[in-house]
Amino acid sequence: MEAIFAFSVGLLTAAGVFLSLRGRSFPVVVGITLLSYAVNLFLFSSGRLTINGAAVLGTSEVYADPVPQALVLTAIVIGFAMTAFVLILGMRSRADLGNDHVDGRLAVEPEEKKK
Amino acid sequence: MIQQHLTLLPVIFPLIMGALLLLPPITNSLARQRNVALAACLVLIALSVWMVQVASSGSIQLYYLGDWKPPFGILFVADRTSALMVLLSSSLTLGALLYATGGDDKTGMFFYPLFLFQIAGINGAFLTGDLFNLFVFFEVLLIASYSLLIHGGGKQRTQAAMHYVILNLVGSAFFLFALGILYGTLGTLNMADMASRIHQLQPDEQALVKAGGLLLLVVFGLKSALLPLQFWLPRTYSAASAPVAALFAIMTKVGIYSILRVHTLVFGPEAGDLANLIQPWLWPLSLLTLTIGAVGALASPSLRMLAANLVIISVGTLLIAAAIATPQAIAAALYYLVHSTLIAAALFLLADAIGEQRGKPGDRFVSARRVQQPILLGSAFFIAALSLAGLPPFSGFVGKLMLLQASSEPSIASWVWPALLISSLAAIIALARAGTSLFWRVSGENSASEPAAVLKLSGVWLLLICSPLMVIFAGSITEYTRLAAEQLFNIQPTLELILPQGAK
Repeated sequence: MEAIFAFSVGLLTAAGVFLSLRGRSFPVVVGITLLSYAVNLFLFSSGRLTINGAAVLGTSEVYADPVPQALVLTAIVIGFAMTAFVLILGMRSRADLGNDHVDGRLAVEPEEKKK
Repeated sequence: MIQQHLTLLPVIFPLIMGALLLLPPITNSLARQRNVALAACLVLIALSVWMVQVASSGSIQLYYLGDWKPPFGILFVADRTSALMVLLSSSLTLGALLYATGGDDKTGMFFYPLFLFQIAGINGAFLTGDLFNLFVFFEVLLIASYSLLIHGGGKQRTQAAMHYVILNLVGSAFFLFALGILYGTLGTLNMADMASRIHQLQPDEQALVKAGGLLLLVVFGLKSALLPLQFWLPRTYSAASAPVAALFAIMTKVGIYSILRVHTLVFGPEAGDLANLIQPWLWPLSLLTLTIGAVGALASPSLRMLAANLVIISVGTLLIAAAIATPQAIAAALYYLVHSTLIAAALFLLADAIGEQRGKPGDRFVSARRVQQPILLGSAFFIAALSLAGLPPFSGFVGKLMLLQASSEPSIASWVWPALLISSLAAIIALARAGTSLFWRVSGENSASEPAAVLKLSGVWLLLICSPLMVIFAGSITEYTRLAAEQLFNIQPTLELILPQGAK
């Protein structure tokens, strides 16, 4: 279980980093979203992975660490709000600047130069 | 009764006032919004003065949210350093808000509520004793700063905001990774508890904690504009409206404060094998930050850009002190931090006021119409320039002198002195060029613009007057910062106070 978990977090992080290094704002937003998923899963695992464990006392034989669950909840809410904001900002910059490049201007294509 | 809750008030009060500003009787009229925001700011200053007074006796105030005792609950800690930072942020706010009444608050909605929310976040970051809570307050101040940066709209701001928001979102992801690593190995995020547990690590866990600690440096470095992460700063600060840029002058200091706090308390000299974790990194990076700030200052095409590069110089200077990491250096850094924040903010406001009166060229260094109030603005610029460049008789001189004295050991001085002095020289050259081209290279007819409103300029002067005041009261201020730095390094009493049963 640990190996699969670690692999998924790693894959999500790698995809997130790759996408957030792209030039267009939409892939960047998706990349940041993936990165925040990876972060949430990672944070969740920092209390060690437990199967069938409850976070509330007196409900089960096995207990899971409740703190990372609370942390993840906070991180999800904040990450969600931030993603919403950056999405709106991306649309705004598309409207204001006339293109969806993160720098606000497109790199000149070689073919266009020839024309 | 109020004193019991004093530690929480600088956070909760601006939050409540910001929410009140959104409600009908106040939100309908701009005049009411201005009055209530200024009144809130005055109350905030009174609260923080009280806090400094309480903290100056040397007692550390603790506040347990919901009365959950540490290490389980969220903890607020007000020692000398945090009280000083809270006072700094509230005084800065008053200057910026006074300037904003001159018209920058009209360009969009919810200017004052956002301003107060950002103050709540900044104060929270200064007062919290819990690393996850620090993350939350970072996000509070960031989301307010995103909206403030783009306030008023325009192409330049949208462009700058895009970079700023994306960079900080990635920074937040890094922060959470660091928190996950540290919680997984240390089992706690209460800073005092972390400091007491860092000795008991298994050797294989030490590498992980080291990675977490260095990741934190990356995050705080992004906030404070440490060298490879500083490229966003000049553009962002010069695109923001003047009061917002002035408020942002303290945002880099939030990062520096976090480095000072986390890396003295948790990874400080008493952390066993992980002691002084960041020093080998901080040394070259801070010196290079100083250099790139000086190069940027010399190359700046406008006064705002110059002010932004001077902020980078001050960040480099402060981080050199953090790299030296002796109580004497930190005491000098705290003094310099207060000075550089206030004066850099004043310069941002001044750049806007000068730009408005020069017509179309604004604050760019080209010849333009004469400014309407050359003596008033000129003398303000003169004081700000002398103070930022570190010339006597103003506070920059005292701050830099203290820092040079703190680094007088030959092995350190051979690196620090040339860097500090040459960067000061670069600042003098850049500011002299700025002053001559802004005020003396006059062309065309006289300015037709109106003179700046009295209330607006009073914001600038309020911030500037702090510079001579900091020299006149230098004795008591340096005594305070010296004790604050000692308190920062002497962590055992803090640990015993926070964790009466568990401190080792």
